[in-house]
Amino acid sequence: MEIAATKDKIVSGAPQSALSVKAFRDPVPMEKTTSPTIEHKLRLTISNLNFYYGAKQAVFALSLKIPTNRVTALIGPSGCGKSTFLRTLNRMNETIRNTRVEGEVLLDGQDIHSLDVVGLRRRVGMVFQRPNPFPKSIYDNVAYGLRINGYKGRLDDLVEHSLRRAALWDEVKDYLKKSAFALSGGQQQRLCIARALAVDPEVLLLDEPCSALDPVTTAKIEELMFQLKDSCTMAIVTHNMQQAARASDFTAFMLDGHLIEHSETSKLFTTPTDPRTEAYITGRFG
Amino acid sequence: MSALRITWRKSLNFVMLTLTGVAAFAVVSVLFLILGYLIWNGGASLSWKFFTQLPKPVGETGGGMANAIVGSLKLLFLAAVMGLPVGLLAGVYLAEFGGKTFSFIVRYTTDLLNGVPSIVIGIFAYSLAVLPVKHFSALAGGVALGIMVIPITVRSTEEFLRAVPGNMREAAMALGASRWKTIATVVLPAASGGILTGMLLALARVAGETAPLLFTAFGNRFWSQGWGQPIASLPVMIYTYAVAPYDDWHRQAWAAGLVLLGLVLLSNLGARFILARSKVV
Repeated sequence: MEIAATKDKIVSGAPQSALSVKAFRDPVPMEKTTSPTIEHKLRLTISNLNFYYGAKQAVFALSLKIPTNRVTALIGPSGCGKSTFLRTLNRMNETIRNTRVEGEVLLDGQDIHSLDVVGLRRRVGMVFQRPNPFPKSIYDNVAYGLRINGYKGRLDDLVEHSLRRAALWDEVKDYLKKSAFALSGGQQQRLCIARALAVDPEVLLLDEPCSALDPVTTAKIEELMFQLKDSCTMAIVTHNMQQAARASDFTAFMLDGHLIEHSETSKLFTTPTDPRTEAYITGRFG
Repeated sequence: MSALRITWRKSLNFVMLTLTGVAAFAVVSVLFLILGYLIWNGGASLSWKFFTQLPKPVGETGGGMANAIVGSLKLLFLAAVMGLPVGLLAGVYLAEFGGKTFSFIVRYTTDLLNGVPSIVIGIFAYSLAVLPVKHFSALAGGVALGIMVIPITVRSTEEFLRAVPGNMREAAMALGASRWKTIATVVLPAASGGILTGMLLALARVAGETAPLLFTAFGNRFWSQGWGQPIASLPVMIYTYAVAPYDDWHRQAWAAGLVLLGLVLLSNLGARFILARSKVV
């Protein structure tokens, strides 16, 4: 209830925007088929992004603006390129052989491809579909990012701070030396969020973070995303449209590697402009 | 169906089941037969003196094989120092970095190397480490055993690294770890139990090698004078004592066999213990 109320406030507080629709596989340049004019400070500006697995193109001329300290949801049917797109934002796809990316991704005005990848990934954290804690203690999991980045300050304080931010501290404070594998799936996923938060990223990418979790745990993660909004920009890939509607401020709908529609979440789910978006959110395909 | 046919089928079924059972039992009993035989023949000669004394000169009875026990351990240490790092790093390469063609060649060659008769590896180590300096040495024996350790370590390391879930690598890299840092701080620790097990088994496997030591470490009836000098080892000692014409030597050879088998069994058990305790793979 509280979440919904806060969310309504935020959505209604967001500026109304002129919607325009990017036509499906339309060769028209992006300037004419833009996403909504988001009158908000932008953290990430993606323009004309193409991505290829070998000869197969997975993302087509995608342009998207991700506003600061808001949650942007990416929805669309399986295989539409949501995750691939998300992974270009911290250059995780570079770890896959034989892939190629074209276009520009600006993080606070700097092209991420000109940044040092280690520094970039510190600023753009990621949470994965399946909880993937390291086979180390809870403490060492959270401290990992700090240690490899040569953090010299007091680890204890930052570990506690990160676990608190991930709403996990009260559950694990007496078991910090225990293996992370002893936690439940939902706790593990929040631990992974704490681990990502420990290096204090500006952006948090969430790749279907709740798909392996039950509804109660999912609600906890969504609540957590809400609390993180005052300090963190988030982009979440989700298959769950209720989740996108509940937890995000802006939603982008993708289909076959193209961005079809992007607007305020309330708008996209109530009055979609593209018939394909409407078909998808009403469950007629995908 | 005739009654005769049914009887025939049933009896064939019974005979075949029995045969497989007997074969399985034979496999198990071989080890216990060997162990029992060794204890029967060598147990009596196994005394405190056997572990603490040098061999007596020909003609005198008694004495022990302290030099051979220490020598075997020293040779294994050399083999570990020379072979394990190479095997470990090559295994890491295959599992984490390798491309297609070169990895295929490396894997294939590793399997071939594993199949090379140990005496051939002995000749190789002989020409590599004995001929240039013109005398046998512990070092040369270490080279021979070290080479034999490599292929087993490579393949077991690769297998255990591959068993580490890929999403752990992604997690580390998403936090800004480089490829090598990911491997060193997440992947290797996760697979460490398995890798250690493979290494122990590799060492246990070469602990009993005799042929490659005959013309590298050679043998020594006294304490070795250093890494550059010939050194005694249990397998070579067993060989020498078993073919000698003295009853006392035969008994000592049995005892040495028992000690050697004990060493190998212990390291196997240790390996299983480590593997059972390891967390991820």
